Amino acid sequence: MAAPRTLFEKIWDRHVVHQREDGHTLLYVDRHLIHDGSRRAFEVLGERGLRVRRPDRTFGTPDHYVPTTSRSMDGVDDPDRRLMVESVTKNAREHGVTVFGLDDPRQGIIHVVGPEQGLTLPGMTLVCGDSHTSTHGALGALAFGIGASEVAHVLATQTLWQRRPKTMRISVEGRLGPGIGGKDVILAIIAKIGAAGAVGHAIEYAGSAIRTLSMEGRLTVCNMSIEAGGRAGMIAPDETTFAYVEGRPFAPKGAAWEKALAFWRTLPSDPEARFDREVALDGAEIAPMVTWGTSPENAAPITGRVPDPAGIDDAERRTAMLKALDYMGLEPGTAISGIPVQRVFIGSCTNSRIEDLRLAARVAKGRKVAASVHAMVVPGSGLIKREAESEGLDRIFKDAGFEWREAGCSMCVGMNGDLVAAGDRCASTSNRNFQGRQGKGARTHLVSPAMAAAAAVTGHFTDVRSLLQG
Amino acid sequence: MEAFARLDAIAVPMSVPNVDTDQIIPARFLRKPRKDGFGQYLFNDLRFDDAGKEHPHFVLNEHAYRGARVIVADKNFGCGSSREHAVYALWDWGFRAAIAPSFGDIFYGNSLKNGFLPIVLSAEEVASLLTQLRARPGAHIVVDLARQEVIGPDGKPHPFEIDAFRRDCLLQGVDELDFTLGFRAEIEGFEKRQAEEVGWI
Ligand code: SF4
Repeated sequence: MAAPRTLFEKIWDRHVVHQREDGHTLLYVDRHLIHDGSRRAFEVLGERGLRVRRPDRTFGTPDHYVPTTSRSMDGVDDPDRRLMVESVTKNAREHGVTVFGLDDPRQGIIHVVGPEQGLTLPGMTLVCGDSHTSTHGALGALAFGIGASEVAHVLATQTLWQRRPKTMRISVEGRLGPGIGGKDVILAIIAKIGAAGAVGHAIEYAGSAIRTLSMEGRLTVCNMSIEAGGRAGMIAPDETTFAYVEGRPFAPKGAAWEKALAFWRTLPSDPEARFDREVALDGAEIAPMVTWGTSPENAAPITGRVPDPAGIDDAERRTAMLKALDYMGLEPGTAISGIPVQRVFIGSCTNSRIEDLRLAARVAKGRKVAASVHAMVVPGSGLIKREAESEGLDRIFKDAGFEWREAGCSMCVGMNGDLVAAGDRCASTSNRNFQGRQGKGARTHLVSPAMAAAAAVTGHFTDVRSLLQG
Repeated sequence: MEAFARLDAIAVPMSVPNVDTDQIIPARFLRKPRKDGFGQYLFNDLRFDDAGKEHPHFVLNEHAYRGARVIVADKNFGCGSSREHAVYALWDWGFRAAIAPSFGDIFYGNSLKNGFLPIVLSAEEVASLLTQLRARPGAHIVVDLARQEVIGPDGKPHPFEIDAFRRDCLLQGVDELDFTLGFRAEIEGFEKRQAEEVGWI
């Protein structure tokens, strides 16, 4: 019998083109996704007179720089920004690559669009010039982010030189409480293992709490693998995965579907497979999470308080914490529930899928955004926007006083001009609370969509469980 | 790619953990063309205040560190976004190597592809270098890639690990893409096999 292998190892082994003795592996890339940040890579290709090797395996959509107030670039005066958006379509056309442009309802955040279109499939290797490519691992793919030089390398050769990362299994067992979702799970994981906790590792999320998550919840968990330092994050494909993939535009059909399904069922880690590291969490203990600092590891339950640096022995860590609290304008010991917010952002590749919008709408329904708060909802793709509108979610949001926008990265990173003002505090469903991430001096608190909606309607962080009762 | 030469240069101490690529270069500068250089934006929001004036206490603004080519940092340096501009910004400013107990994975890979050397030393070694650099602002560090060794201001050598393939590419300034184009036949062979096994992709 063959030695037991993990999900990661099974996918890796099947994609080795060339193995060097020094450990470097030339790995084949099944799917390559591009976006409006990929301009530099096409420049490199042009400088060398190279062509895209597999345009049929390459797909893209503009997301980072697109306006969310309209579907036209006409209002965008910054020529650099226009060029970023226009170049992805232009480059794609020149190289025969499929791109869902601004005028296409399939446009959206690349990590939302890939799974939605059935471009992301179990057992695949998938890369994209963006760190949150780990998202796609939720379908049981090996997916990771790469830099611009590597994007050029993949465009030209459909391969990448990689060293095999170590493996880490994070098991979350038990039942998640009501109102607790994928976002709370991953924030609790990062709070436990730290922002560098999984550096050099491919993570597999496992356990009953993970298996009971919907596909949307799983995508949220895998999305933030990079915030834990992980190279990739993945979840074994199962019936939830197959039900999600079936019937999507680029998913296999008919006999090919049956054949694919039979193969995908062989992918989950063998029971005896060994991981380099194991971490376990109790799912029943996870509360709605809120970050209070400038690293995703600075997360606490809504029932908690801003920690006191005085209690930290390590001098460097104490200094880092003091700096973070100073930037965030928070006093040690403050109860998290009750901290006022001025902005609410529901969106990003972490939490802009239909289920996220439904959860937020459930909280917003029949309530009003607090007078002191400016709140907006930015769906992850044009198709999600349509779906939400057909369910009447847009009305719920608009009636409550939320802005309802077009798809894009938007305030997650602010490259399109959707920014948080200096000193303002934002409850955000995105993935990074770094200094200046949402704008210079902006104070970001990462939360789930339900918690963001709760903050919007109460004007401060509130335990969403108290709003969901009855 | 430029070949990596032995460095004997001023080193800057940056003793904060988790310095992310958003800090190294804020997102709003990423749309600028490569040819204009990114050094001017390095640590922009830490270097300048709102009025565009230099913060006197930010380490890169201190006179003693002008002309620095090595940066010594705390753990998880370069974490966060995959933006290769973080390396471009460090490079264009004049940096050629960074020393830290650990790096963000993608940043580490991006560095090597641009001739920039990320060096992992133990937390104790890095702490000792940081202490020395703070005690004597402007002190030099030697980085010898061929011998895989860093020499601190106190003259103490610190050997480091780097895989041989990457080291040789850096020392010779050889580019990975050219190297891979030589594997065309193997890539084609793989694609043929894959088309038979999993025709659905
Ligand atoms: S939504 Fe945010 S994290 Fe996701 S790809 Fe866009 S900018 Fe990056």
